[in-house]
Amino acid sequence: MVIDQYVRIGPIGPIDIVPLIPYASMLAIIGFILISVVFVIWMERVVLALVQNRLGPNRVGPRGLLQSIADAIKLFFKEDTRPAGADRTCYYVAPALVMIPALAAGATLPFGTITVRTEAGPQPLPLIVGDVNVGILFILALASLQVYGTVLAGWSANNKYSLLGGLRAAAQAISYELAMSIAVVTAVLIAGSLQLTAIVDQQSGYIWGWLPNWTCFQFYGLGMVATLIYLVAMVAETNRAPFDMPEAESELVAGFHTEYSSMKFAIFFVGEYASMLVVSGVATALWFGGWHAPLPFLQFIPGWIWFVVKVMAIMLTFMWIRASLPRLRYDALMAIGWKRMIPLATVVLLAVAAVDAFNAPVIALATLAAIVAASFWLGWRAQRGTRSGSPHTVTAQGAGGAG
Amino acid sequence: MSAQMVLFAVLATLSVVTAILVVVHRNPVRSALSLVCNLIVLAVLYLTLSAQFVAAIQIIVYAGAIMVLFLFTVMLLNLGAPEALRETGRVQGVVGVALGLSFLAAILGAGTISAGLGPSAATEESLRTGGTAEAIGRHMFEPGLPWHFAFELTSVLLLVGIVGAVVLAKRRL
Repeated sequence: MVIDQYVRIGPIGPIDIVPLIPYASMLAIIGFILISVVFVIWMERVVLALVQNRLGPNRVGPRGLLQSIADAIKLFFKEDTRPAGADRTCYYVAPALVMIPALAAGATLPFGTITVRTEAGPQPLPLIVGDVNVGILFILALASLQVYGTVLAGWSANNKYSLLGGLRAAAQAISYELAMSIAVVTAVLIAGSLQLTAIVDQQSGYIWGWLPNWTCFQFYGLGMVATLIYLVAMVAETNRAPFDMPEAESELVAGFHTEYSSMKFAIFFVGEYASMLVVSGVATALWFGGWHAPLPFLQFIPGWIWFVVKVMAIMLTFMWIRASLPRLRYDALMAIGWKRMIPLATVVLLAVAAVDAFNAPVIALATLAAIVAASFWLGWRAQRGTRSGSPHTVTAQGAGGAG
Repeated sequence: MSAQMVLFAVLATLSVVTAILVVVHRNPVRSALSLVCNLIVLAVLYLTLSAQFVAAIQIIVYAGAIMVLFLFTVMLLNLGAPEALRETGRVQGVVGVALGLSFLAAILGAGTISAGLGPSAATEESLRTGGTAEAIGRHMFEPGLPWHFAFELTSVLLLVGIVGAVVLAKRRL
C-alpha cells in the first residue's frame, strides 16, 4: 500500500500522517482483536461442529454468523450475581485483569508495512503502535501478568472448585512460560534482536527462490522444533484444550469462572479469545514471517492481509487441536511441561547457538537425530510400561515432584 | 512543575502507598497483590528513567514469576485465617520501626550525596540508547570490564539454590 505523506481532508490543510500511524495502528489492533473475537467464536463453533459431524450454529443470521452477538445480548441481560463471602474487590477486578493484558500486548505487535511517499522518496514504515527496543519482552511481561486474572477469580469467589482452578492456572502458567520463553529466546538468537519489527524484517526473502526465509525454516530444522515448542506452550498459556485444566468441566464444574455470570463471564470468555489472537500474532511475527508473503509471486497482496491470514490459520489450528485431542491428566500435563518441553527447548537453544557460533550444520543434524532417537526410546519405554499392566504411563511416573 | 515531575510524584506516592499496604493488610493474598502493584509501579519508574530492559525484566521476573509463586503458595496453604497470623510479640514491632528508620536515614543520606554531585553527565543520546538490551549486554560482557566474574558467580549461586531445592524436596534421589 502506498499513500502520500500529506493528505487534505475537506477544508483542513495538509496533515502529516507519519506521526498519526501509531494511533491508527492502535485503533486497528484493538478493533481487530475485539471485532474478530465475534467471528472467531463463530468459527470455533463451526469447526467443532464439522469435526463432530453436526450442524453447528445455523439459526441467527446467514450461516449462524450473528450467533455470538445474540449470545452477547443474552449474557448482557443475565442476572449479575456475587457469591456470599466473596472477596469483593478481587472478584470485580479479576475479569479486567484477564482482558487488559491481552489488549495491551497488541501494542508492540507489528502487523504490516505502509509505504509513504515523502519528499525524499517512498519510505516503508511498519504498522505498529510502539516499536520499542524490547518489544518481545514487553509481550512476555504482559503474558505473565495475565495469570493474575485467572488466579484471583479462582481465589476470590469463595468456592473450592474455583480455587482449584485458580491454583492449577498458576502452576500451569509458570511451568509453560519457561518452555515458551526458551523457545522465544531461540527466535531472538536467530534474529539477533528483541525488537519485533527487526525480527520480522530478518525473515524477508526466500531460500532457493521459493522457500520463505521464516524462522521456522531456518537452522536446518531446529527452527521448526522451536516453533512446535512455542505452539504447544502457547496452547497451554491460553488454557485451551487439551491443556484446559483450570476450567476442566468434568471435574471442576467450570473451574476459575464457576461463580461468574452475565458480562463478567463474557469478559473471561472474550479475554480467552483475545489472548489467543495475541499469542497467534506473536507466533506469526516470531516464526511465520509476520507480514511477508509465503511465496514470491504473492507479494503484491498487502502485508496486513498476510498477517491476518496467518493469525487466522493459527487460530484454526487451535480449534482443530481442541476438537481432536482429549484433555490431559494433571500430573501428565506437569510432567510434559517440566520433563519434556523444557529440556527439549534448552537443547534446541544450545544447538542453535552452537550452529551459529561454529557455522557447522552437522551439529543441527546430530541434534535432530538425537531428538528423534530420544522420542522413539521414550515412546518405546511408555508402551512397555502400559503393556506390563501398570496404570501409569511414563509421562506420569514420578510427577509428584513437579506438581 | 513539569510533566515529568508530576509523573514522578504520582508514581512515587503510589509506590510508597502500595509498599505500606503490603505490611498493613491482614489478608496475605491482599499483601501479595499490593506487592505486585508495587513492583509494577517500580517498573514504570524504571521506564521514566529510560531503562526499558530493566523495566521489562522487572515485570517478567518479579511481578510475573516470583509473585505468582508467592500467591500460589499462599493459596495452596489457604492462609485465609488472619487471627492465626497476628503477631503477638512486642519485640518485632520495636525492631521493625528501628530498622525502618535507619533505612530511611540511609536513603536520605544517599539522596543528599547524589544531590551534591551536580547534574549528571547523561546526554540525550545516552539516555535514548543506554537502557536498551544491546547496551546492557555490551556493558556486561565487554572484555576488560569486571562483570563476567560476578555474572558467572550469580549463575553458580542459582545452581546451588536449585540443587538445594532438589535435595530438600526429594528424600530419595
